[in-house]
Amino acid sequence: MLTLKTVTRTFPNGKMAFRDLSFEAQPHEVIGILGTSGCGKSSLLRVIAGLDSEYQGSILIDQAPLQGIHERVGVIFQEPRLMPWLNVIDNVSFGLRGDSDTNRKKALEFLQLVGLEGFERHYPKELSGGMAQRVAIARSLVTSPDILLLDEPFSALDAFTKMQLQDLLLQVWKKCQSTMLLVTHDIDEALYLSDRLLILRGQPGELVEVIEVTESRPRSRGSERLARQKQEILQLLHLTAEKTGEVQDDTNIWERHPAARRELSFKGLS
Amino acid sequence: MTHSARFTGIILGGILPLVLLVIWQVLCSQGVFQPYLLPSPLAVLDSIVELAKDGSLWAHIGITMYRILLGFLLGVGLAILFGSVVGFYPLAQRLLDPTLQAFRSIPSLAWVPLFLLWMGITETSKITLIAVGVFFPTYLNLVSGIQGVDRKLIEVGKVYRFSNRQLIHRIILPASLPSFLVGLRGGLGVGWMFVVAAELLGASQGLGYLLVFGQNTTAPEIILASIVLFAILGKFTDALLAKVEWRALHWQDSLVHKR
Ligand SMILES: Nc1ncnc2c1ncn2[C@@H]1O[C@H](COP(=O)(O)OP(=O)(O)OP(=O)(O)O)[C@@H](O)[C@H]1O
Ligand SMILES: [Mg+2]
Repeated sequence: MLTLKTVTRTFPNGKMAFRDLSFEAQPHEVIGILGTSGCGKSSLLRVIAGLDSEYQGSILIDQAPLQGIHERVGVIFQEPRLMPWLNVIDNVSFGLRGDSDTNRKKALEFLQLVGLEGFERHYPKELSGGMAQRVAIARSLVTSPDILLLDEPFSALDAFTKMQLQDLLLQVWKKCQSTMLLVTHDIDEALYLSDRLLILRGQPGELVEVIEVTESRPRSRGSERLARQKQEILQLLHLTAEKTGEVQDDTNIWERHPAARRELSFKGLS
Repeated sequence: MTHSARFTGIILGGILPLVLLVIWQVLCSQGVFQPYLLPSPLAVLDSIVELAKDGSLWAHIGITMYRILLGFLLGVGLAILFGSVVGFYPLAQRLLDPTLQAFRSIPSLAWVPLFLLWMGITETSKITLIAVGVFFPTYLNLVSGIQGVDRKLIEVGKVYRFSNRQLIHRIILPASLPSFLVGLRGGLGVGWMFVVAAELLGASQGLGYLLVFGQNTTAPEIILASIVLFAILGKFTDALLAKVEWRALHWQDSLVHKR
């Protein structure tokens, strides 16, 4: 479906966002992308979305090299990015082409799906943050993209709304059968939603680990297995003390010996 | 804004002018001011009524409105033309903007002698002068509006593979509308200033001409009448634009619209 081969993104100022990323996303797979701030997650999504075209390596969608913005890729940004001058229904049908009546009907259908029927005529200024994000979700889904890129879509929301929208996303995902790439800071969210997790670390970001989330769906948020995997990830990201008894403040050593990084991180796993 | 809220607004805003008018009238009838320097409000009103009766008032107002309308339309038209070209095309900006900015720093009234020389004391010279005045605020606001469009919104359009035309039509224009409308109102304000200037300098009709006429015939009530009429018309046209603005920008999440 989507293949990345040793993709590196370098900014015009010479700074590297991420380096040598390779992975393949299967159809209907949800891939979570976790990593510390600044390790190039957003940059990665922007490259795949076709918004930034200066990168090395190759990106293939259905075996064809990516050129510009692919018609079957949809993006949900961190902020809703609604057009403030359009009401909710027009915002949802914003990306649709063709007959406006059919578009409206389709938009209405997705508004119902995100639980916002009755709000068609409201303007973005009259929506709460969660409602606006739901409109943005509906807007991205209505074009039924095969690959959906989500950049921390729920990070600005309160815990409760967040959970609601995660379940909503899963529901739509089942219906639309799209492949999803979900960038998040929230390990619980990543574990709850993804089939596979890519752990990025460093600046520039590198892929340090791929974790399969085997827990069957529907998942329970309190699952013990997920909790164990969370512990693993925390260690990988160096957010908790290592049980293996390594030096606490080892980040500097790692910075100096990037080659040692991969080995060590695998050790931390065992 | 509810009806009664607007009503109380008018009442509250009207108290001070009313009190001042009464004081002015009282002082005049007490003989504190010499009538040949400062006539009473009633005398000013009288002279307006007088002008209305012989019909010349309408001619004066008509010609002034005509000038400002044409000058405004011309200025705005040119501002849209230059503003959108400069706003959309970086190359055009680098070519044109420095020159336009240089022209802007010329106090526009400095053009008057040149226009008079070129076009004589005609309608054309007056309208051109007004257009020059209207042009700059409108142009500047339009350019900054277009260039200030949130890149994030444009990216949304790009993700949907909008063509450049679609990006302009569906995102950039609506997004820069607020700034453009601010420019329109600013332009109109300058336009009123310039219509006075144009008519002061050479006209046989118009509210500005009334000012000169009042001065030459030592009739301060006519000068004041003209000033009052300028105030009323200026406020009226501005309110008209404000209404357009309110209609067009009801989606805006700003304080003004919550009032
Ligand atoms: N346009 C740019 N030019 C130069 N450097 C940039 C640019 N955009 C981002 N960067 C740098 O690239 C790195 C990766 O940025 P990116 O936004 O992809 O991080 P991120 O993983 O999404 O972080 P966060 O989790 O905080 O959103 C950062 O160090 C940032 O400073
Ligand atoms: Mg980011």
